[in-house]
Amino acid sequence: MTFSLFIQSLINGLNQGAIYALIALGYTMVYGIIRMINFAHGDFIMIGSYTLFYTIPLMINAGMPPWLSVFLAIVICAGTGVVVEVVAYKPVRKAGAMSALITALAMSLFLENLAMVLFGAKPRNIQKIFDLPSVSVFGTSLPLNVVLTIGIGIFMMAALQLFIKRTRMGKAMRAVPQDRDASILAGINVNKVITVTFAIGSGLAAVAALMYCAKYPRVTNDMGSMMGLKAFIAAVLGGIGVIPGAMLGGILVGLIEIFVKLFAPGWYEAITYAILIIILLVKPSGILGKNAGEKV
Amino acid sequence: MEAAGKKEPVLKVQNLGIQFGGLKAVDSFNMEIGESELIGLIGPNGAGKTTVFNLITGVYKPTEGSFYLNGHRMNGKKTHQIVDAGIARTFQNIRLFKKMSVIDNVKTAMESKLSYGLFHAVFRTPVYWKEEKALTERAKELLKIVHLSGKEDYEAGNLPYGQQRRLEIARALATDMKLLLLDEPAAGMNPTETEELLEIIHFIRNEFKISVLLIEHDMSLVMKICERILVLDFGTTIAIGTPKEIANDTRVIEAYLGKDDEEVESDAKSE
Amino acid sequence: MERRVKISYVINLLGVLAVFLLFVLLFESRIFGAATQYIKGICTTACYTIIMVASLNLVVGCMGEFSLGHAGFVSVGAYASAIVSGALTGKGLPDLALFLIALLAGGIAAGITGVLVGIPALRLRGDYLAIVTVAFAEIIRVCFCNFSITGGGKTMSGILKLSDFYWCYWIMAACVAVMYLYIRSRFGRTVKAIREDYIAASAAGINVTYYKVLTFTVAAFFAGVGGGIYAHYMTAMIPTNFNFMYSAELLSEVIIGGIGSLTGSIIGAAFLSSLPEMMRQFSQYRMLAYSVVLIIVMIFKPGGIFGNWEFSLVRILHRAEKKGHEKAEGGVQPWKQLERKSRY
Repeated sequence: MTFSLFIQSLINGLNQGAIYALIALGYTMVYGIIRMINFAHGDFIMIGSYTLFYTIPLMINAGMPPWLSVFLAIVICAGTGVVVEVVAYKPVRKAGAMSALITALAMSLFLENLAMVLFGAKPRNIQKIFDLPSVSVFGTSLPLNVVLTIGIGIFMMAALQLFIKRTRMGKAMRAVPQDRDASILAGINVNKVITVTFAIGSGLAAVAALMYCAKYPRVTNDMGSMMGLKAFIAAVLGGIGVIPGAMLGGILVGLIEIFVKLFAPGWYEAITYAILIIILLVKPSGILGKNAGEKV
Repeated sequence: MEAAGKKEPVLKVQNLGIQFGGLKAVDSFNMEIGESELIGLIGPNGAGKTTVFNLITGVYKPTEGSFYLNGHRMNGKKTHQIVDAGIARTFQNIRLFKKMSVIDNVKTAMESKLSYGLFHAVFRTPVYWKEEKALTERAKELLKIVHLSGKEDYEAGNLPYGQQRRLEIARALATDMKLLLLDEPAAGMNPTETEELLEIIHFIRNEFKISVLLIEHDMSLVMKICERILVLDFGTTIAIGTPKEIANDTRVIEAYLGKDDEEVESDAKSE
Repeated sequence: MERRVKISYVINLLGVLAVFLLFVLLFESRIFGAATQYIKGICTTACYTIIMVASLNLVVGCMGEFSLGHAGFVSVGAYASAIVSGALTGKGLPDLALFLIALLAGGIAAGITGVLVGIPALRLRGDYLAIVTVAFAEIIRVCFCNFSITGGGKTMSGILKLSDFYWCYWIMAACVAVMYLYIRSRFGRTVKAIREDYIAASAAGINVTYYKVLTFTVAAFFAGVGGGIYAHYMTAMIPTNFNFMYSAELLSEVIIGGIGSLTGSIIGAAFLSSLPEMMRQFSQYRMLAYSVVLIIVMIFKPGGIFGNWEFSLVRILHRAEKKGHEKAEGGVQPWKQLERKSRY
């Protein structure tokens, strides 16, 4: 493998990884708070992408840069996230893990099929979001828009970390997963925290949609399910419920995928999954997760 | 330990210990239990009593030392292997199969006594019927011992508290053990229930010729029925002896009541 | 006791036979006219879906663990049986024998996969196990996409059309009966105990891992048999048929029918597998409606429609008989009523 190929793959891997990491954050935050795998989370990328598809021409017509659409996408995704939580998830929260899981699966199915009814099954192509040249570094051509998306990803993660560590709401979001009852006693409005978590997670998915569409400008109604599954795997790999774990897991899955693709294009998915299985068997709570044994 | 006599002790524990992170929950724990002995394990909260049970039943793997059942080394074995070898237990916070019937709770513990396989189960051969029938009869006998006859088809989780504790004992009995570990069997019972429990424990010991190791907070109960008592504090044994000896042991009293300030001072002076 | 149970087996067998004869009557009398073949097809679909869903219910209901990778075992059974029936074609075997051998091969292949997956995967529990089963199913799918014997990612076609409804009905009945007898024996009792409390189960001398892997393997075996019927009904298949969504569909059918209720699995699978066919003219809204129904069921009946209730022909007969007696005795005595109330 030549040096330039290596650098290129590294950049591509980081790009892919940053997208996975942003989606994985949504999974991990929701799981941390209500112990539920929100399978519909992947579909928020689809919602974000369709929003971009429909609003970018409006932006261009108004003479504004196309990426500004992402703010609309964030609003719409966050709004949908909150609605999904309130309408479907809240009623089943007490009914046990299985019902929650199935509700999430059904919600995913619902969103995908609703999108098909509304927007059709035909793939749509998104206009170019970033119009940036490639630069040459050490004899390797680096597309600047890829570098930019990585930058956006890192910025979002840093901002989230700050939010979680420094703000009141962020502290509440860390407190609820540790001890729900104690949080209520400490005066935290758990329902509000859950709603905010869904809003933030879905908003991050909208940003991920921007990053994804900047690289692969194609929107379909089922684009979210595969992305979601991979991102979820990333979240588990890093240790589900642990926010830095989601970032680490996302980047790892992205890198693994891109590098394995170089050597065994047909097998890269299988190898990603195999690595997940091995890590879970060695450390059942993921790389950064804490082991919680049962008290006897 | 003279009480164990010259015969091989049923349970022999040597320097058993476990560390969680930096904390030594149990440190070089030693004990011997002879045949049909009834020994009490007491100590203040957090002294490591339940941890000793968890070590002996293989729930935790000891980080040091070893223990033997009838001379066979048991460390490193899985819980179900240890149970098969002859150590059974009950739990401090009752752990029944709550949604199963009372009799199925007992039958489950006799699983290893069955020999019929998939073929017999699926085709309902005479072997199946014979073994299941024997199982049901035996389970009913055990339920009778713990005074639960007639409750066979109740859901275990719906039994009153005291009966749930007795059902746990029946389930432990069903494994055909030589050593029974009882973790606070009288916790939450009223005096009448406790009295009934004592009767049952005595009966079991005499009938099945088994040894019993008992964790209990109710001191009067321990003093009444145990032949010997072992006192644990901060993971180490601080006293062993007959109930009488233990009741007069200053270290035990200290462990339970704490030292007076004056005493501490006088101790410091004398040193 | 033993006698009564044995009689109940005979009664149930007669019930199954009666339903079969009803089907034969419906189809042979050509009451559906030209649609007969089409409806038979839907019934065959229902048969293999019932086997798959009931087998998944062993894991989900009886063992209490999520498996989101059941489609992986279905695909192993489907491909293995298709390969075996392809290799044995033209050897002079009668169709039924060929079919049964192929299904058995599919089941065994899936069962072996079940052992290989179960031993590592079942060390995990809950959500982690769910995600590991997804991972294994995806690995299986990628393998089938890469092996040339399974079509190398393209459609594998030309599989013999052996899945006749009449055969499939009896195969389905046999599979469900075996699973039922499995649950109602030492194995089911033990696995349920593990579900209730695995720590207490091991303290009762149960080898937890062994029984979990065994049950998982039995479930995988029947998933493979179901996959075999699927292959010989569809006659063509592609690995992406058995993706994550297929596993999710099977799991949702288990849960809608009722966790731990084989009756629920049978009715749920039969209904949900024929529903898409019935709603073909609204195909665009079909899956939308399906997902809405799922969410509504989850909100209002989280344990599934049948909960863990089991249909029992014997119980019904017993009740009818009792009623007859009571009438003869002149109504229920008050103390009898009391007794019934106090029991639960």
